[in-house]
Amino acid sequence: MNQYTVLRVIAKIMIPVILLYGLYIQFHGEYSPGGGFQAGIIFAAGFVIYSLIYGLEKVQQAVPPVAVHVLAAFGVFLFIAFGIAGMLMGGDFLQYRVFMEDNHAAETLGIIGIELGVGITVATVAIALFYAFAGRERD
Amino acid sequence: MIDQLPALPVVITMAAAPLVMCLLRWPWLAWATTTAACWAALAATIALLHHVLDVGTVSYAMGGWEPPFGIEYRIDAANVFVLLIIAGVSALIMPFAKRSVESEIEASKIPFFYCAFLLANCGLLGVTATGDAFNIFVFFEIAAIASYALIAMGKDRRAVMASYQYLVMGTVGTTFLLIGIGFLYIMTGTLNLNDLAHRLPEVSDTNTVRAAFAFLAVGVSLKLALFPLHLWLPNAYTYAPSMVTVFLSATATKVAIYVLLRLFYSVFGIEFSFEELSMNYVLFPLALLGILIPSIVAVFQNNAKRMLAYSSVANVGYIILGISFATTLGVMASMLHIFNHAITKAALFMALGCVVYRAGGTSLERMAGMGQRMPWTMAAFVLAGLSLIGIPLTVGFITKWHLILASLETGLWPIAVFLLGTSLLAVIYIWKVVEAAYFREPLAENANVQEAPLSLLVPTWVLTLLCVVFGVYTPFTVGIAETAAETLMGGFL
Repeated sequence: MNQYTVLRVIAKIMIPVILLYGLYIQFHGEYSPGGGFQAGIIFAAGFVIYSLIYGLEKVQQAVPPVAVHVLAAFGVFLFIAFGIAGMLMGGDFLQYRVFMEDNHAAETLGIIGIELGVGITVATVAIALFYAFAGRERD
Repeated sequence: MIDQLPALPVVITMAAAPLVMCLLRWPWLAWATTTAACWAALAATIALLHHVLDVGTVSYAMGGWEPPFGIEYRIDAANVFVLLIIAGVSALIMPFAKRSVESEIEASKIPFFYCAFLLANCGLLGVTATGDAFNIFVFFEIAAIASYALIAMGKDRRAVMASYQYLVMGTVGTTFLLIGIGFLYIMTGTLNLNDLAHRLPEVSDTNTVRAAFAFLAVGVSLKLALFPLHLWLPNAYTYAPSMVTVFLSATATKVAIYVLLRLFYSVFGIEFSFEELSMNYVLFPLALLGILIPSIVAVFQNNAKRMLAYSSVANVGYIILGISFATTLGVMASMLHIFNHAITKAALFMALGCVVYRAGGTSLERMAGMGQRMPWTMAAFVLAGLSLIGIPLTVGFITKWHLILASLETGLWPIAVFLLGTSLLAVIYIWKVVEAAYFREPLAENANVQEAPLSLLVPTWVLTLLCVVFGVYTPFTVGIAETAAETLMGGFL
């Protein structure tokens, strides 16, 4: 769809906004509706739109499939790492209270940490699914 | 450290899964990491077993949120026994897996394969360890989705269809489970199993609770392949990669049976399940049919793997039979058979895995002459086969003995005769394999087949010898099974 000027210009304006909105939902998740899952999907939508307008190759130059793959695993690992950190610092699995002196701040840190893990995994898995279907040759 | 033990087996396997997924270019390292994780989980489980046998039930609050509000991991004699089976089998198959998986899965997919295996392992461990109804559902789904992927990776193209069948049946099962849990939550406002057990008696005389019970019973029965809900099982076991068949046959249905025991005996309580709703009149005939019909079907199979898959359905019948007696002795026989059948079937499927590795398949024509070509493999098969039949000095005998004791205790002596009769059916189908392997000439293309490599043979023989060791030295398994049965029957304290 590279030849449609309107689409190209609008996409160029909208994609940063979409990504920013995804990040807003990610980091505002514990105060308002949202969280890692929704944020991840919105964030991935930005990449999907980009590849629909400018082509799959261009988006794969920016985010190669291997990076998507590793980041998907990294997100899950980040979640579990926060859980294990709780165990190592003398609490239970996923107990954030032990991270810092200030319990409230520690809980916030823990929630943001695991939600970041969820967000990264959901975004990259959505992109990976898109790559898997978009990259298929017609048979 | 000892406080963290209840969570460790689940956490270790779960943390290893994403690591293994990153090792795309190094299948060897993926295997090594998986092996390390499985053995670490086994070490944690053994430590946990000692701890539980010393001090009794252990409770662990996830995230520091105290039960009944947070998710509780509650380990007692019953589930630590099942944890030991899962962790033990998964650790023992890892040395076997290396070459077997290399020969059956494309190199580029091996890290994904081990990642899915770790997730399935983690899911099954989680279902067993948790004391929270919703957590059971979540871990069931983790284990199930990972197993669908594992089964679909089979070499045969029919593996995809088998996996799809399992997916449909498994999803119906877990959805029913979710509906049942939802009803219980509506009625009691709690998801903690222990808390549920305390709150259910007040509201047990309502249709909602009875409906919840029905949904849970059918949902779990689908997962454990209770006859006639077993139709997903034979195909899934037949076409899955060898190592997956070994793992799933030893653990997946056993975990579902544990959940059934937990729900019927501990959560709903023996009076509600067996006196008010008379589940024994449902389970008892299904168990008998479930032993008889799949055993007969197994006799007519031409593929050894498929034959053993049907035999697995029959053995689920034996376990359900013990449960249907609703006595401590019956439950104890069931707990024993969960362990004994797990090691017997794992040994048998491993022996078949060796045959697949060398001869390329397990149809009876292909197995012809393997007694001379692969003497050690087939010797292990015969020994484990004797255990499946229930010959004295093997674990199979120990369970059948206790099942017969339990049936005599309830005055059902015809069941004792029935059990002996169905053992004869097992003799027939094991004999069919023995006959093909020892008394027929090998196919021309298999004339040069050699004995399986040591890395496959040693784990097979370890499991086979375990069948004999625990058949001769019984205090360990019988002791734990007895404590487990008493814990389950006693409900929550």
